[in-house]
Amino acid sequence: MILARVVGTIVATRKDPRLEGSKLLIIKPVSPEGKDEAGYVISVDTVSAGNRELVIAVSGSSARMAEGCKDKPVDSAIVGIVDTVSLDEPLVSASTEANGTKAKSK
Amino acid sequence: MTLGRVVGCVWATMKSPALEAQRLMIVQPIRPDGSATGKQLICLDAVGVGAGEIIYYCGGKEASFPFRPAEVPTDRTIVAIVDEISSQGSVC
Repeated sequence: MILARVVGTIVATRKDPRLEGSKLLIIKPVSPEGKDEAGYVISVDTVSAGNRELVIAVSGSSARMAEGCKDKPVDSAIVGIVDTVSLDEPLVSASTEANGTKAKSK
Repeated sequence: MTLGRVVGCVWATMKSPALEAQRLMIVQPIRPDGSATGKQLICLDAVGVGAGEIIYYCGGKEASFPFRPAEVPTDRTIVAIVDEISSQGSVC
């Protein structure tokens, strides 16, 4: 599973019929300190995540085990909205991150 | 399966119902000598690990097998706590 931030949405009219009704979001992987990492992933949202929220995304065939993703052509699903991330020293709050405040690293 | 060290945890209230009551840990992959390698990851805990412990985790679809028959959406799960590593004649 990866930590990621929601950065956008995808709208697709013509798609696999099994994907109808699925909310597709663009997520950007982030490190536990809150720093952006390379790349973007399109992920099916199963927990009603909002823009800029810190989320947990599961990838690979396990994504099909997420709520409502059974037998869908999906390889990434958002399965949780993060409240806090606790590393050995700093405590990063998901809400202050979402407001655009940079978390202090060590 | 890969060696790692538990370096933190993640709290999420709003999550997939299958993930309820499961612990999400931040894991730093390590080499057999204990040095860090690669990016930190989030793993589900199947064995009750504590902070700072050396563990190994399993990835892919097999990561959900410890929770069977429940279908838990996880792609990395901590499956064991390491007692001792013996590598190239030395014990770490």
